Amino acid sequence: MRGIERSLDKLNEAGIRPVAISVDAPDVSRDLAQKAGYTFPLLSDQNTEVIRRYDLVHAGAGENGHDIARPAEFLVDSTGTVRWINLTENYWVRARPEQVLEVSKLLK
Amino acid sequence: MNVRRINWPLWVGLLVTIAAFMSYFFVFVWFPFTRDFPWANLLLFVIAGILLFMGVRRGFASDCPHRMRSRIVAVIVSAFSVLVCALFIFSIFVVGRWLPASKGAPQVGQRAPEFSLPDTTGKAVSLNELLTSPVNGKASRGVLLVFYRGYW
Repeated sequence: MRGIERSLDKLNEAGIRPVAISVDAPDVSRDLAQKAGYTFPLLSDQNTEVIRRYDLVHAGAGENGHDIARPAEFLVDSTGTVRWINLTENYWVRARPEQVLEVSKLLK
Repeated sequence: MNVRRINWPLWVGLLVTIAAFMSYFFVFVWFPFTRDFPWANLLLFVIAGILLFMGVRRGFASDCPHRMRSRIVAVIVSAFSVLVCALFIFSIFVVGRWLPASKGAPQVGQRAPEFSLPDTTGKAVSLNELLTSPVNGKASRGVLLVFYRGYW
């Protein structure tokens, strides 16, 4: 997420809008955005409805055994088609913004 | 206090071990170069290991005063350090992989399921809106959806 904020200008330049989704309530996300300086949208999926639809539920991995999202990234083109996905196998290894910028060149 | 009596390699080794563990979560995790593979931390653990080895040898040296005590301390400190190193490797390489397979996630070429979720102000935002509203005054070429665990 920090990497995305750092590369936000480049992503926007390429016509890509990053959006982050988690189970956090809107006010929790607002605190995070303020503290970390995130200026891209943070959306709240508190009942994991969308996280479930994308099959990204990490059951019981949150605080007090709540279901949360596993880390995942999708690049969706303007027609709504998925053009690139990243489902990391290790929590500590994440997609880099450069990878997304590279793929974004293929979009119309 | 006689400086020569302090088993400094042992205690420095312990400090480096603790630094090797903590620095990943507080420092190195913020840089992809040191995050994706924790080579900086593993390097620190190697340095700590060398120091602890020196410390144990020193603790067992026959000219050491309070021989028994220094041996016990050397064994306890180095055993603790080995445990810290094992815990680090387990956290990063084993626990880090405890993620669902997500076989049913949208694949390349498929349509991304539509959604509408509240933003930080509580206003509902849909994927369709995100895809059709301009980015920097130009037509959007795409949306990068980033799912994350949450701040808790």
